[in-house]
Amino acid sequence: MSMTATGRPSAPIGASQPSGITFTGNKGLMLEEPLIFERGSPHETGVDLEPVPPHTTRLAGLERSAPIGLPGLSEGETVRHFTRLSRQNYGIDLGIFPLGSCTMKHNPRLNEKMARLPGFADIHPLQPQDSVQGALELIHRLAHWLKTLTGMPAVAMTPKAGAHGELCGMLAIRAAHEARGDARKVVLVPESAHGTNPATAAFCGYAVEDIPADSRGRVDTSALLARLGQDVAAVMITNPNTCGLFEPDLKIIADAVHAAGAYVYCDGANFNAIVGRVRPGDLGVDAMHINLHKTFSTPHGGGGPGSGPVVFSAALAPFAPLPFVEAADGRFHLIEEETATAEHHERSVGRLCAFHGQMGMFVRALTYMMSHGADGLRQVAEDAVLNANYILRSLQDVMSAPFAASGPCMHEALFDDGFLKDSGVTTLDFAKAMIDEGFHPMTMYFPLVVHGAMLVEPTETESRANLDQFIATLRHLAQRAKAGEGAAFHSAPHFAPRSRLDETQAARKPVLSWMPPADKRLAAE
Amino acid sequence: MRYLPLTAADREAMLATIGADSIDDLFVDVPAEARFPGPIADLPMVMPEMLVERDLARLAKKNMVAGDHPFFLGCGAYRHHVPASVDHLIQRGEFLTSYTPYQPEIAQGTLQYLFEFQTQVARLTGMDVANASMYDGSTAMTEAIFMARRITRRGKTIISCGVHPHYLHAAQTLCRFTGDQLVTGVPTLCSAPPTDDLADIIARIDSDTSAVVMQNPDCFGHVADLSGLAAAAHAHGALLIVVVTEVVSLGAIRSPGEMGADIVVGEGQSLGVGLQFGGPHLGLFACNHKHVRQMPGRLCGETVDADGRRGFVLTLSTREQHIRREKATSNICTNSGLMSLAFTIHMTLLGETGLRHLAELNHARAVETADRLAAIPGVQMLTPRFFNEFAIRLPVPARQAVRDMAEMGVLGGVSAARLWPQLPDLENVLILAVTETVSKADIDALVRALTEVIGSEYSGA
Repeated sequence: MSMTATGRPSAPIGASQPSGITFTGNKGLMLEEPLIFERGSPHETGVDLEPVPPHTTRLAGLERSAPIGLPGLSEGETVRHFTRLSRQNYGIDLGIFPLGSCTMKHNPRLNEKMARLPGFADIHPLQPQDSVQGALELIHRLAHWLKTLTGMPAVAMTPKAGAHGELCGMLAIRAAHEARGDARKVVLVPESAHGTNPATAAFCGYAVEDIPADSRGRVDTSALLARLGQDVAAVMITNPNTCGLFEPDLKIIADAVHAAGAYVYCDGANFNAIVGRVRPGDLGVDAMHINLHKTFSTPHGGGGPGSGPVVFSAALAPFAPLPFVEAADGRFHLIEEETATAEHHERSVGRLCAFHGQMGMFVRALTYMMSHGADGLRQVAEDAVLNANYILRSLQDVMSAPFAASGPCMHEALFDDGFLKDSGVTTLDFAKAMIDEGFHPMTMYFPLVVHGAMLVEPTETESRANLDQFIATLRHLAQRAKAGEGAAFHSAPHFAPRSRLDETQAARKPVLSWMPPADKRLAAE
Repeated sequence: MRYLPLTAADREAMLATIGADSIDDLFVDVPAEARFPGPIADLPMVMPEMLVERDLARLAKKNMVAGDHPFFLGCGAYRHHVPASVDHLIQRGEFLTSYTPYQPEIAQGTLQYLFEFQTQVARLTGMDVANASMYDGSTAMTEAIFMARRITRRGKTIISCGVHPHYLHAAQTLCRFTGDQLVTGVPTLCSAPPTDDLADIIARIDSDTSAVVMQNPDCFGHVADLSGLAAAAHAHGALLIVVVTEVVSLGAIRSPGEMGADIVVGEGQSLGVGLQFGGPHLGLFACNHKHVRQMPGRLCGETVDADGRRGFVLTLSTREQHIRREKATSNICTNSGLMSLAFTIHMTLLGETGLRHLAELNHARAVETADRLAAIPGVQMLTPRFFNEFAIRLPVPARQAVRDMAEMGVLGGVSAARLWPQLPDLENVLILAVTETVSKADIDALVRALTEVIGSEYSGA
């Protein structure tokens, strides 16, 4: 083959041209990686442990003798295995992650560093309280931030994630009703709510009734007010709601709910839009969880861990769960079951989980809050809302934004699939085409109140240049879809580590753990 | 502000694009009385990284760090050495800053490790399948009780008094409202020496019983053979739920699956996660094939892509809240994703050989510590059959002994009174966990401290 002076072919390559198929299945930096069960062996290990000293066993016949089936790898091979896997993942660190309702913002690395200080990470939850005063002080300080930012008098720190916080709040509501001998059975949930809301209410033993949305994407206030009565225990409402809109009637609703003897639970998943600008306490909310992994940027970690502290109104505060931290006499006290009665917290619903909550997330969230300060957090909300409106107004002419006419959105912009009508392209196709352009798709098909929903939450940590590129890309894709290039969308993504995965097969014949190929064949027969 | 990229000029230009005069125009839907004119008072303003770090480091220094002292606490949280590569790998941004893998084409990294995690947990527990994690062991146990109710359609659950009291309390909190009946007793196994309460529990199983919940090793460290109990439960159409709070024990003790468990839940923090003052930890949840559709939480399954290549997706999601809403098996959404990655990496580094070695090392150190403590005059051993945790009775109240030892720089276990404050019988009981992190010098320091504490209080009493 003739080459140029710089070593490039001087003519098109013929039959020897790479076909797209390689011997290894790898393609340059895109490396295929088998399962550890296919590459390791039970005899291989990546740790060196001290020899076991002679001893007489105390297991008396209960020793595990049969093989367990756990392969090991050397340290180097372990690092390679998981590094290769990591490269098949999209993360915020790679680009915009506009997943509506999830608040995928930059995760500052100072948060990670602080959470790893041995004084926070390497302490045991049952150490004597005098030996963990710094940890209790941190929880107390974070509680102060949360109460101040929400304008609420009390906070429960132990819930482990948003849905666990919902459970905490709804249990307190149920306990409050029972304390006055009022056994109410119904919880009202707007149809735009996160699925966790009705699931939580049902988990607490309530019957769930939907409240429709109005034509402006808000909860239908008159329908909600009309449904209030002696049997309604609470209303669960998300504000800003899942259409990315502020519920302007929340205070009116809250007053009516209270007059009817019920409580307002607010899903605080979207607190990022209003932090520092609006205090939910001023809107009549009785309980609200705060997803520290959303608003306060403790990382999502591929699905967790989260942390979902719940702020309470004075009416519900006595029912808050155990344990909690109190400051007195220059010390920080952990109030647990034992001290609860003495401390007049005997009406608490009790304990929600072992120990004292997600300490590692507390450290990250407090680090984030201190870094921003009260002024920075207000700027967070403003920039998050600004970015979302910028996207909404820059795309509303080529995509369809069902509630754009009703005014500004909050921190997320909602589109439906109206603009794809007759193009043969679905919301799913459109999302997969975004993957080829190097973006994580937005939330698809949620909320349920619009058809083929696409919910875009850019967050405040995206620059204008990033947004402009994102907007230009979506405009381009929308125009291609309308121009009849549907086929390219149906088969997208083309450039991801995998093309579209068969979810039907996965559910019909679930394979949930690895089996040797021979066993798998047997199982299939 | 270092995390906010918009400049003042950007903001102005963007407002112009939007057609708004000021940022306040975007908050018009907020009622006037709820609008805050400026930053909320009573909180500090923006702070440079260095100062935040300095302030929090000062707070961290006020705590007694486990690794700096002879350390013997367990009771649901165990201190093990975590290899350096675990923390390095979980901090890769592609793992750390990713979301729940709802777009599987660009989340195969997360999905594949979840599949590996599920397989490892299933094998460790001796079950067919495991889910992609729960919040922690305690919440997993409550979910198991509800799952058993869905399967058996019965409402009564018998809970062993050897179950961690926090786990029991978490279940009681919910069951108070769901109508599930929980039957439990006081820890009879602590009438010295402890005895199995298995016979007592078997006698209580009847045709209304949905499940029996046993912790193994239990909260006092006692290890039991649950096979007979499993058979008795099954004979009545009830399920056996086994709780494991120390997963390293599964490298030494016959698995719950081998003993006949129907659901196994556990706390996985021993591998990869660390103490973390109690959270985030890692809830494990495993069962057999026939019950998989009643499971709570996410499940990752194998499938193929459009080109026939193997890949992984979240599956059976019709059990979950985002599809089924009020009919879901659980309300759980966010779980312990990154902690399950840490677990899987640590487990991969260990392999079966390493896990068995680690478990044996834990057992040997615990045996040595137990024998040394039992030789102290006035100390009575309460747990003849144990893995790496055991209970002893002191001649003095254990709570004060723990505080006094801490004053002497030794974190010498958990007093039973911290967990069962209402039981005077347990006032003098001390529970100690001994892992591979404990050195000979640590054991010497413990023996010295305990001897001194007992001695001084004995003579003072």
